[in-house]
Amino acid sequence: MATPITGVGGQADQNLEIGAHTFRSRLFVGTGKYQDLAVMREALAASGTDCVTVAVRRLQTGVPEGETLLDYIDTERYRLLPNTAGCFTAKDAIRTAMLGREAGMSDMVKLEVLGDPDTLLPDPVGTVEAAQYLVEEGFTVLCYTSDDPVVARRLEDVGVAAVMPAGAPIGSGQGILNPNNLRIILSRASVPVLIDAGVGCASDVAVAMELGAHGVLLNTGIALAADPVRMARAMKAASEAGRDSFLSGRIPKRLYASASSPTQGLIAGE
Amino acid sequence: MTHVIQEISINGEKQRVPSPLTVEDLLRHLSIDRRYVAVECNRKLIVKQEYAEAKIEAGDFLEIVTFVGGG
Repeated sequence: MATPITGVGGQADQNLEIGAHTFRSRLFVGTGKYQDLAVMREALAASGTDCVTVAVRRLQTGVPEGETLLDYIDTERYRLLPNTAGCFTAKDAIRTAMLGREAGMSDMVKLEVLGDPDTLLPDPVGTVEAAQYLVEEGFTVLCYTSDDPVVARRLEDVGVAAVMPAGAPIGSGQGILNPNNLRIILSRASVPVLIDAGVGCASDVAVAMELGAHGVLLNTGIALAADPVRMARAMKAASEAGRDSFLSGRIPKRLYASASSPTQGLIAGE
Repeated sequence: MTHVIQEISINGEKQRVPSPLTVEDLLRHLSIDRRYVAVECNRKLIVKQEYAEAKIEAGDFLEIVTFVGGG
């Protein structure tokens, strides 16, 4: 986990390294739910992200030429991170990951094994099982999980490249609901921790980064904002502000006041 | 060359396609660009290097997937 950089300078932050992959941006952005692919393209650019998530689904025939999702994603600029969204068993997630790797020719996968269709909370047992299998198959696994520090540790033990605890339920926009557990996960992790899911606005991203998260992954918070491009820009600024704030070594919180102006040299009172 | 027709399932739908057929032939027949696409035949992943050799038989179940928007 990064420690505050002391001394003069505000020196440049290191890049984010996940497995053998390096990222300049600490924001990972999803490609789902946009009203309009052209807006998505602009929003991705405004976010400054290096990496976008995609889902693996049956090829649809009859889509007009030039109007598929991939026609709107510059794959020279953004790395594709296939997810295993919609999988409720380890077996399905593994199968989807294999398909995603073959389609995208990359070893990265965002692993999700869901336990419940209403909360979209992960199935911890299935997640650990699938993660272990995929790591052994040579995948760089970025693993969606809950904010349970025990599961996070298990996932690290089986070799995931990044642990991705949810801030709040997927798409719920509630922000960081359990900072305490996230702090615990961050204090023990020896792989990058990205807060993934539930982010609703820019300050949620800043809060996540100030906790010490290595990055944030979000989709709905941008895609369904009234102005996705503006929100993407805000999220970019927030991820940088939150990261700088974290690295700056903030002041402690005090119960009582501590004057900012000197108490000596005061002119005589009445 | 004799054109025989066979029935297979593609993405859950029955389709009539020529026979004999390889995966490579099928993608060409359907005008599918293999980039960002993956194929399973009877639940078995076919890697791209094998497309030219992988034969499709009558009654086979094919899944042809690609990337769509997702979080």
